[in-house]
Amino acid sequence: MELIVCLKQILDPEAPPDSYTIDQEANRIFLPPEIAPVISTFDETALEAALRLKDTHGGRITALSMGNKFVSDVIKKALAVGADELILLEDVSFEGGDAWSTAYALAEAIKKIGRYDIIFCGRQAADWDSGLVGAGIAELLGLPSVTLAKKVDITDKTVTVERVAGDGFEIVKVPIPCLITVSNELGELRLVRLKGVRRAEKIQPTVWKPEDIGADPSRIGSRGRLTTLHKLFKPVKETQCEIIEGEDVAEAAVNLTLRLREAKLL
Amino acid sequence: MTEHKGVLIIGEIIEENLAAVTLELLGCGRTLADKLGERLSGLLMGSDTRPHASKAIAYGADKIYIMEDPLLEDYQSDLYLAAVEKMVRRVMPKIVLMGQTPMGRDLAPRLGFRMHAAVLMDCVELDIDTQTGRLLQVRPVYGGNARAVFTSETRPQMATVRSKAMSPLERNSSRKGDIIEIKPEIDPSAMRTKLLEKVKEEVAGIKIEDAAILVTGGRGIGGPEGFEQLEDLAGLLKGAVGATRPVVDSGWCPTSRQIGLTGKVVAPDLYIAVALSGSSQHMAGCSGAKHIVAINSDPQANIFREASFGIVGDWKKALPSFIEKVRELLKE
Ligand SMILES: Cc1cc2nc3c(=O)[nH]c(=O)nc-3n(C[C@H](O)[C@H](O)[C@H](O)COP(=O)(O)OP(=O)(O)OC[C@H]3O[C@@H](n4cnc5c(N)ncnc54)[C@H](O)[C@@H]3O)c2cc1C
Ligand SMILES: Nc1ncnc2c1ncn2[C@@H]1O[C@H](COP(=O)(O)O)[C@@H](O)[C@H]1O
Repeated sequence: MELIVCLKQILDPEAPPDSYTIDQEANRIFLPPEIAPVISTFDETALEAALRLKDTHGGRITALSMGNKFVSDVIKKALAVGADELILLEDVSFEGGDAWSTAYALAEAIKKIGRYDIIFCGRQAADWDSGLVGAGIAELLGLPSVTLAKKVDITDKTVTVERVAGDGFEIVKVPIPCLITVSNELGELRLVRLKGVRRAEKIQPTVWKPEDIGADPSRIGSRGRLTTLHKLFKPVKETQCEIIEGEDVAEAAVNLTLRLREAKLL
Repeated sequence: MTEHKGVLIIGEIIEENLAAVTLELLGCGRTLADKLGERLSGLLMGSDTRPHASKAIAYGADKIYIMEDPLLEDYQSDLYLAAVEKMVRRVMPKIVLMGQTPMGRDLAPRLGFRMHAAVLMDCVELDIDTQTGRLLQVRPVYGGNARAVFTSETRPQMATVRSKAMSPLERNSSRKGDIIEIKPEIDPSAMRTKLLEKVKEEVAGIKIEDAAILVTGGRGIGGPEGFEQLEDLAGLLKGAVGATRPVVDSGWCPTSRQIGLTGKVVAPDLYIAVALSGSSQHMAGCSGAKHIVAINSDPQANIFREASFGIVGDWKKALPSFIEKVRELLKE
């Protein structure tokens, strides 16, 4: 089975809220350099979904990522846990894009890879939280898709997916080739083992430039955008927390109920 | 080129009712349409949609299109995509809105790419720029650590809207509007992705989206046993119990209890946050609460920046006396 997983390297989404700073001029967001980037949370889960299929059915996993300033240790984690190949779309002209330019570049790269049964994406990139690129790739390649998967099984040429939905889940069938976006309910990515790290050391990532994938320069990076970002700002918080004290915690808790009653909240 | 005009919302009927988010879309769509001086229309799919169409008119729509077909009873991505695309091409609206629901999350991106029109997901504010007449689309990004204002360069301008971010109008049954039946002309062979079964994970008691009081536990609760105490408190207050993602991922609570960016959005009157840190991704689901009360042993925890009342300390010591006193107060 040929599996492709789309992974994005992002700023750590679980960094403390205070550590984010915004450059208002450039409409960009930063974290201090000591907080390392990560592979987007749901993309790790997507990789785990692919690894589980490979465990039971065999096959090959190609990890694909578009970006700039890749941190080798971060992105090579994909190889360390069991991906067979890592393809990086790395070039300044890919920068500054939105879901439309990103999906276009990834779809062109996937066409160049050529063989695929299932393409996995995360439900949303954990930085901009859009959840668009997966659908975009599917549309551009004319593939059926299932979103928000928490379980993926395959028999013959049909994939059965459990899809997270409201108060439960849906069981959905889709033929291959297809695209599946994965949600955290599927489970965390397996741990990196020493053997895996050694294996990853031996695999060099393949780097593709726009020319390598035959990309139309007007459709990638900032030129390919269909949206304009006008402003990026931190929401202001006005709440002042009233800390309720007491002799001990138990008494503070009693005082809290009294204060809530006074405020007519109980 | 045909001119794009008006606002179109894609409604949802859930458990034989217009979804709460659909009413919110009608409220927000009405405001946008009025600002443009244009009409608000809506689309409802399924079977027996007429009563819902009348209700949608009472909540602000000028015109409701209905598409009836047994195949549209449940959300089927390929069929809905074809049906909605057909509708949008026919109406040619300036703006298309959907809810940020399991359906909206699946359908809106595909529709956007199919029609080569940008979609901004999970918007919490929408407005018309008075100078350019464009739709200003505000959405939280970086897990809620920042907000971004976008516009689309393509038409129609499409957005999904976070639930509970907008307010519905008061129901006005004397409002007049048209109900127009459209033949969906469904081609079942277009269905590649096929819904086989819906599995409900029932939770006893009040749904967290509907509860006026929520008691939510985080990772600091330490295990499923602690949640029994939270259940006791919620029971006393006629509320419900919510959870953070690590709690759900650890299996201490069912997924349907998760509140946050990737869980449910709630807006209760009172939100009692116990042993959770108040991460931005969690707050994305509950920042609409009227009052937040925090119990956390770490005075630096972010939740104290979101809460109006709090105590610093071990929940195991705080909760029993809190519950006992609440019981006493409620008896009075
Ligand atoms: C893209 C993305 C989406 C996400 N979506 C969601 C989502 O929808 N919902 C969600 O909840 N999270 C979500 N998360 C995860 C989120 O970032 C946080 O990791 C999570 O909310 C933390 O949960 P927590 O507060 O329970 O745990 P922690 O952050 O570990 O906090 C536990 C708290 O308990 C306190 N504590 C410990 N012991 C005690 C005690 N005995 N008494 C009192 N207090 C105690 C600690 O001081 C601490 O503040 C998402 C993350 C990402 C990246
Ligand atoms: N730059 C990228 N490189 C590789 N995959 C990406 C990239 N951007 C988005 N994706 C994939 O598309 C999914 C959805 O992204 P988004 O639409 O940006 O929220 C992610 O979870 C990834 O699987």
